[in-house]
Amino acid sequence: MSEPLVWLTVFILAIFVGNEVIAKVSSTLHTPLMSGANAIHGVILLGAVLVAGSADTTPVLVVALLAVVLASINMVGGFVVTDRMLQMFSGRRRIAKVDQRPGLPGGDTRELPR
Amino acid sequence: MTTPVWAQLSYLVAAVCFIVALKGLSSPKAARRGNLIGAAGAVLACVTVFFAAEIDHLLPILVAVAVGTVIGAVGAYRVQMTQMPQLVALFNGVGGGAAAIVALVELNKIIAAGSPGPVELAATSFTIMIGTISFAGSVVTFLKLQELMTSRPVVFPGYPLAYGAALLATLAAAVLLVPVATLWLGIVLAVLGLVLGVLLVLPVGGADVPIVISLLNAFTGLAVAASGYVLQNVLLLVAGTLVGAAGTLLTRLMAAAMGRSLFNILFGSLRGGSTLGGGVASDRPVRSAGPADVAILLGYAERVIIVPGYGLAVAQAQHTLKQLVDVLLERGTKVDYAIHPVAGRMPGHMNVLLAEAQVPYEQLKEMDEINPEFKQTDVVLVVGANDVVNPAAETTPSAPIYGMPILKANEAKQVVFLKRSMRPGFAGIENELLFEPTTTLLFGDAKDTLAKLLAAVKAL
Repeated sequence: MSEPLVWLTVFILAIFVGNEVIAKVSSTLHTPLMSGANAIHGVILLGAVLVAGSADTTPVLVVALLAVVLASINMVGGFVVTDRMLQMFSGRRRIAKVDQRPGLPGGDTRELPR
Repeated sequence: MTTPVWAQLSYLVAAVCFIVALKGLSSPKAARRGNLIGAAGAVLACVTVFFAAEIDHLLPILVAVAVGTVIGAVGAYRVQMTQMPQLVALFNGVGGGAAAIVALVELNKIIAAGSPGPVELAATSFTIMIGTISFAGSVVTFLKLQELMTSRPVVFPGYPLAYGAALLATLAAAVLLVPVATLWLGIVLAVLGLVLGVLLVLPVGGADVPIVISLLNAFTGLAVAASGYVLQNVLLLVAGTLVGAAGTLLTRLMAAAMGRSLFNILFGSLRGGSTLGGGVASDRPVRSAGPADVAILLGYAERVIIVPGYGLAVAQAQHTLKQLVDVLLERGTKVDYAIHPVAGRMPGHMNVLLAEAQVPYEQLKEMDEINPEFKQTDVVLVVGANDVVNPAAETTPSAPIYGMPILKANEAKQVVFLKRSMRPGFAGIENELLFEPTTTLLFGDAKDTLAKLLAAVKAL
């Protein structure tokens, strides 16, 4: 298989994986999912580091370093903000369990939906 | 520059981490762990690149990474949960900008090296175009959501013409860059991409902006994927494509949840005033009441459903609302929250905001689950929401929100709106439900009014 074909294969397969992994997501998680996917494309940081690391003139280096800064903002900020959101989701479930043990009088005593 | 085998394997592990992360994010149980696995994959990939390739200027690069890390982390820690959508937009924009810069620098290098291949140039050109569109578009979405500019669609006479011209010029420059590879043409393409990005988002109305963020997110992913081919880095290709594909699907899911087509969102306002609401307050008569009256309604109801909206979060009233619900539960009332898929400023946003107020997950009901229950409900309390209960979405084909599924609050015996004023909702249209005989309005700031309501219910 020629080299561009290998790349094309990887590309096409990745499209299917990307579609499959989120096909059944509930709308509750749309916001964290968008934010998480946003963090993942922060890997452009690798590209920025590669071009900055092979820069041979100062102007090129300066521009490439700008890309490094922007990409790290994307990657680090993206993962941190997603974690902050999800932390609340997990915190809520813990508190829900505590609330249920004493059994709220007349409150919601149904089974957990999931 | 060939990547050593161990580094290739390391990139493969990172790619798997990203897939696991996305998979995890689609179920509430595994979401946080999934995100952490994704972050671990990212760290692994970054460490690998420093050891696998010959990197000069190590110190300035590390300083730049540190600067970006601090800015990103501080921004992410300090943001209010209500401002989450615009922060995501901003992060997405800088990612697109970084991809475009990387492609421009790489273009400069492959021209200097001589005899660049057409596929390589096409991928570079694509990255510059999509990266700059994503950057400029994201900045405009940020300005709209932060309300630094109007959230209504912005169009001017001759807009479609300017739009079409910018689109054609950008595509022409992108195609031309393959046979005529010069750095200047690359820079022209970048500028055209920026203009096109601005023009793409200006005519989008405020309520649709989050869907555009998701679309631009997918764009940035594809730009990163293309730069992966240019830099011969398979991880960039895989990660970028994952985000591109997942982002495209997510955009479609979000648009479906709002009952809108992507075409309508992007170009609807160019065809005339159809997505422009009046945006003016009505002076038709409504029935309003004080907190004491509403407290009696709530206190003696058997079944209450709360419909929270963005206004609740803006007033920072989630905690007071939770206290009110707790008191009602103690009195034996059955209370649930009805969460519209697009409550808040983007899908799932309201869940995050209520989670912050530690509202138990079990009390949150999704639209399909709760809609059949409105008929047996005594009181629906609408706090800071408007468009998601507007019956016009079902009855008025000319309404901009026509076709959007709504919460059927109009079927309940009583509806109480907590509102600051008669100003219409984000979509800018009047809500017929406000004028129904079963509807009562309680005017005032949400936090303030809820506190009064809480005190009144406690005193019953």
